Amino acid sequence: MKKKASFFKIFSVSVIWLWLGIFALTPIFLTFITSFLTSDSNSIVKLTPTLANYSDLLNHAYFSILLQSLYLATSCTIICLIIGYPFAFIIARSQSKHRSLLLLLVIIPFWTSSLIRTYAIMAILKAKGILNGLLLALGIIDQPLQILYSNMAVLIGCVYDLLPFMILPLYTNIEKLNQSYLEAAKDLGANWFTTFIKILIPLTMPGIIAGSVLVFLPTMTMFYIPVLLGGAKNLLLGNLIEHQFLTANNWPLGTAISVIITLFMGIFILIYWRNSDEEDRESLV
Amino acid sequence: MTHNIIELAGVSKKFGNYQALHETSITIKNGEFITLLGPSGCGKTTVLRLISGFDKPDTGKIYIDGRDVTDLPPEKRHLNTVFQSYALFPHMTVYDNVAFGLRCKKIAEQEIQKRVMDILRTVKLEQLAERKPNQLSGGQQQRVAIARAVVNEPIVLLLDEPLSALDYNLRKDMQIELKQLQRRLGITFIFVTHDQEEALSMSDRVAIMNEGYMEQLGTPKDVYEEPTSLYVANFIGEANIFTTEIIETYDNKLVVEIEGKRLALNNKKDLVAKYMVHVIIRPEDITVWGENEILPEETKNMLPGIVEQVIYKGSTVDLIVRLPSGKKILAAEFFNEDDEKLDYHTTENVWVDWIPGWEVILPHEEKS
Repeated sequence: MKKKASFFKIFSVSVIWLWLGIFALTPIFLTFITSFLTSDSNSIVKLTPTLANYSDLLNHAYFSILLQSLYLATSCTIICLIIGYPFAFIIARSQSKHRSLLLLLVIIPFWTSSLIRTYAIMAILKAKGILNGLLLALGIIDQPLQILYSNMAVLIGCVYDLLPFMILPLYTNIEKLNQSYLEAAKDLGANWFTTFIKILIPLTMPGIIAGSVLVFLPTMTMFYIPVLLGGAKNLLLGNLIEHQFLTANNWPLGTAISVIITLFMGIFILIYWRNSDEEDRESLV
Repeated sequence: MTHNIIELAGVSKKFGNYQALHETSITIKNGEFITLLGPSGCGKTTVLRLISGFDKPDTGKIYIDGRDVTDLPPEKRHLNTVFQSYALFPHMTVYDNVAFGLRCKKIAEQEIQKRVMDILRTVKLEQLAERKPNQLSGGQQQRVAIARAVVNEPIVLLLDEPLSALDYNLRKDMQIELKQLQRRLGITFIFVTHDQEEALSMSDRVAIMNEGYMEQLGTPKDVYEEPTSLYVANFIGEANIFTTEIIETYDNKLVVEIEGKRLALNNKKDLVAKYMVHVIIRPEDITVWGENEILPEETKNMLPGIVEQVIYKGSTVDLIVRLPSGKKILAAEFFNEDDEKLDYHTTENVWVDWIPGWEVILPHEEKS
């Protein structure tokens, strides 16, 4: 009996390791290796080791792309947090019979490809689109707003696309939160603002961080939303990588940028890890 | 000194279709230790939440210190609560937890420090001020929760089953500590529990609740010795209940037939013949006599029985005695100097009686 159980244990753990090894570690490893190779227009790469890909990145044009991406990712995360937190709070505190319906509504957009939903946003935002039509009809504006093909449109697109990733971890966190903490704060004379700042935010910090990471990281490397909604005027990191792979055919440079981004994310997670204790991290999972 | 601190007047509460509390009125005096006792779902926590302000009553008014607070939110009621799960803020130290209420009142940090350390000394936790709640034992967390509430100098402290998470010995200690703390602070405690022993040993008055009704409110002695309903008699301690008809009444006496014996009992409630009544006798009020302990003529007012089971409990021996009708009663015999013969054995024939007047007689209640 015991032998059987341990066989099952070894079997299932090895399957997980095999899966991770093939589908997660190998691609990362290949990316890492490629970033130290030389680009070649005939075959994809030449097996000549070089650091040139990284030194190329010191170019100030790349640096401004990095800044721009950071700016977009940061604003997108903050906006998602501002919209997502009350949203998650209301769902988590609503009656249980409404709760699953509300959660379903958050998840439904995932049933359609993100690319198609981005086209839908174009239809809403364009000069003769739904939004302008509505505003004109209501007499709020007298000429169409030029939102599409601006940074604003990219931001709207990213927020729309990634909002569920903010809401879901926050929801899980708030839902688990013992109501009596909030009652205790009230009992001790705290107004809603104090309760929010001193109790609610610290206790839901794992959810806030999880949501922020899940929004921040994809925004950094988002490529089709800037292309479709931003009109490819502003190149972001995602576009840059895509461009290196698909247009410039410079895989080593593309992988070098990817490695840098991965390092960036790694540092973020490390900082969080250092500043959290075991319990916080457990509640994150 | 003994003015009314809390008054509930005709208060009731419904949750959806569920009547959690039927119209109830209570008056609680200043400095009283009052316990709301009942099984889960009896409405005791509802009463507490109505007083604290976390729920609003559907009908009735709530007065605290003479002021109508029915529509006031919890933070404006000058009460504090010790929650069942303690609800200590896990991200704050013991000190910050206790200081939380004072900081909300914008009291100077110097004054806060003095008051927090004072109260931590009172609950013997001054050494642990910088610990986080999860580094404390259950009993210590309990004391932090009490300190956090009491430091705000509430006029009434509400305690929602604060001892239920502790193990037996610790619970005993905390009962004594709580009672001492209440005497020292001189403030009113409203304590909710489902443990009848806890309720009896700590309270000045006990309110026994059942299915949203308050069955009886009285001193522990009252509710134990003079229960006003079968429910209370059964809930508080053990009770042997005989249901029978009054045969006749004379001179403050009523005559009933129990197990074929006619017994004349005190008629304290002016009951009349032909009434169905419940005669209730506590196990410790029943005396069990061995056949060779008494003379046959002494058994006139005694009930015959056979010992079914002997349960040795240390300070008492509990006997389950089967009467001729098959009814089983519980008798608790204390060890004492005069009566050394307590070695009953099963199937032994015995006689049982009780001191006349120690029984409680209640009008018949329909079983719902």
